[in-house]
Amino acid sequence: MYKLLLSGRYLRTRFIALASIVSVMLGVATMIVVNSVMAGFSGEMKVRLHGILADMMVESVSSDGFDDSESVIQAINQVAGDHIEAITPVIEVYGMMSFDWPGGTITQPVTLVGIDPQGKDMVSAIRQYMMSRQEIREDGRLVRAPLRQLDAPFDWELTDEAMQHRREWLQWERIRARAEQHQGAVMYPEPSVEGESLGGGDPFANATNPFDDDPLAVDDEQPDEQIADTRDPDAPLSARVFIGVGLISYPYVESETGKTRTMMMLEPGEDVRFTTVTTGTPDAARFAATVADVFKSGMSEYDSTLVFCNLEELQLARKMLSPLDEKDWRNGSVTSLQIKLKDYDDAGIVAQKLLASLPAGEFQVRTWEQKQGPLLQAVEVEAAILNVLLFLIIAVAGFGILAIFYMIVVEKTRDIGILKALGASSGGVMSIFLAYGLGLGVVGSGVGVGLGLLFVKYINEIEDGVSWLTGRKVFDETIYYFHEIPTSVHPAMVVWVAIGAMAIAVLASVLPARRASQLDPVQALRYE
Amino acid sequence: MAAATMTADDSQVTSRTVPIAKQPAPTHVAAVAIDKAYRKGDMKVPVLRGVDLCVSHGEFLAIVGQSGCGKSTLLHLLGLLDGPDVGEVRLKGKRIDDLPTSTRDELRNRVFGFVFQFYHLLPELTLLENVMTPMMIRHSAWEFWKRRTEFKEQAEEIVRKVGLEHRRRHKPSELSGGEMQRAAIARSLVGKPQILLADEPTGNLDASTGGEIMDVLARLNADEGLTIIMVTHDDRLAHEASRIVRLSEGRIQRLEDAA
Repeated sequence: MYKLLLSGRYLRTRFIALASIVSVMLGVATMIVVNSVMAGFSGEMKVRLHGILADMMVESVSSDGFDDSESVIQAINQVAGDHIEAITPVIEVYGMMSFDWPGGTITQPVTLVGIDPQGKDMVSAIRQYMMSRQEIREDGRLVRAPLRQLDAPFDWELTDEAMQHRREWLQWERIRARAEQHQGAVMYPEPSVEGESLGGGDPFANATNPFDDDPLAVDDEQPDEQIADTRDPDAPLSARVFIGVGLISYPYVESETGKTRTMMMLEPGEDVRFTTVTTGTPDAARFAATVADVFKSGMSEYDSTLVFCNLEELQLARKMLSPLDEKDWRNGSVTSLQIKLKDYDDAGIVAQKLLASLPAGEFQVRTWEQKQGPLLQAVEVEAAILNVLLFLIIAVAGFGILAIFYMIVVEKTRDIGILKALGASSGGVMSIFLAYGLGLGVVGSGVGVGLGLLFVKYINEIEDGVSWLTGRKVFDETIYYFHEIPTSVHPAMVVWVAIGAMAIAVLASVLPARRASQLDPVQALRYE
Repeated sequence: MAAATMTADDSQVTSRTVPIAKQPAPTHVAAVAIDKAYRKGDMKVPVLRGVDLCVSHGEFLAIVGQSGCGKSTLLHLLGLLDGPDVGEVRLKGKRIDDLPTSTRDELRNRVFGFVFQFYHLLPELTLLENVMTPMMIRHSAWEFWKRRTEFKEQAEEIVRKVGLEHRRRHKPSELSGGEMQRAAIARSLVGKPQILLADEPTGNLDASTGGEIMDVLARLNADEGLTIIMVTHDDRLAHEASRIVRLSEGRIQRLEDAA
């Protein structure tokens, strides 16, 4: 009892010990804040990674893909149908994208992903990243409301705004083309694509791919000159794409305000040209497509490489359709299947089942986490190293406790002598100081946990305050794509940090406590 | 009254317990041929050289001597705060100085009560808490918690006995010297010890306050038959005791009946 009473009283009366409480507290609070922000960031990153990918991918080893996709889907459903919510076929292939921009043609490497929008919508949460479904804010001000509802059908339709923009853009293009014809200048080396974009009056303006009507003409990339123009000259092309925002925009610093803004080089409604490879012996496959929407997932890796396009159009361009005139993905081959599971925890079992049942050597079965393994691992390693470093802060606080306790033991020498004279055992005296250390740890980590959680809760307000004080944006939305700093508090993490801090406080008090317990009562009482 | 005895002669170290002749009171605590030396660096400084001492039940013994003659050391040895280099300490005839540490801790708590010159109250605790300390040490936290009212009453009664009930919530720093010493006596008595060891209990007090403390001790000895061993350098105070042992240079010089 005297141990508890005394350690409690020491805790209350020794203000010097507060110094060590403060260091424990700061260490704990820092760990909680950093861990929560890191968990928030990586959680948000995972959501975005996952949102673009799917739970699980069955990928063909060859870039030519597999043609009996329906039977493969059936086989998969047979083996693991209980766990599967949806499957969608996908083609993934590298390619080049080019479009015109004052100063010349901009060409960028892209990953073309052929999707069936309805199917893709079922396996991943991609629709929320479409910019037409998002509001646009600048400095917290609403610049543009969403152009369509988030739950509007997910397909290749252009918004009215995009159609309007298309008309204006085509008009401008036609004027420009005429002017160039006049000068005899050939600005675009790819007449077929340019022709399509130009629309009205142009032989290829039927807005379909040139191969559609003449399968035999496939090898010769030259469009059939005889197709009649029967459609709205302003109608978008049959090939449509969702383009990652990073591919068609760049950040710049506004000279007057010093703020970073984003310059869009392309708006939905305009056409872009793609070049990719055909199946079999690789040959250039070219097609033009209308930008139906722009997506912004916040993962720069995706936003600056991915282009989603119609599955059928990509199959057509890559000569993956078997009756070439039938534009239905079921007739052609695909390179992978994306699967949404009912419960992601079953991923391991499903992967095993699929690997066992699918023909060996032809398919790769991976979860999205495995596909993004290196990135996720890097983030984990980073978090682990940061935790070690931060824990050292608490360890330093431990040495502070050790030093202060040594002082207190010296100061309390006489009291220790008295306690021993009154019959206290060495163990009892030792536990006074251990309990004192534990008390410091409990108070320090308790206050630290409270402080850390408060900080996490009001982190955005704090960020605003710091930004205001320093006159510099601490957390730049344009860099991170977040309106707010994402945080995620894991209770287990908080508990472990608190336990760790308490353990360090107790460990640091072991040495002074031992010294106290070994004091000779006669020596302790002699100095009067 | 006093009875037992012992002796050491001036010149040579002897270790001879003299059987009790006059009085039937049995020996309560005894030091037998005790040698004790302290180390100062490489030097060994002898403090006690062959001291024999017997204290009977209910005796009030005063140990008198110059500063540094070893009287406090003798008291510490008797109270098991320290162990002798040579010789034995006996309680009711049984050797106690070689008992395991935990047993000695318990004997200090249950059998002996200590009063020091500088009171040695714990500054963080109130008077009442200070008085209860031996009970807290004796019992586990749980046991103490269960019986806290009982212990509190016990402590309050003793505090009342030493006349400090109006001070029981005060910290030692708010008490006068005499009050602190009375509190220390209360603390030494709360565990109902058999032997009270007092080291210069009035050494830091003025004459009249010291007198009050001596009265308290004398009353305890007379009314409750408590065995008291008191160390003092003040002859006048020593005469309050029933027997006086004079120590000089680590040896017992003389024994005298004080009364």
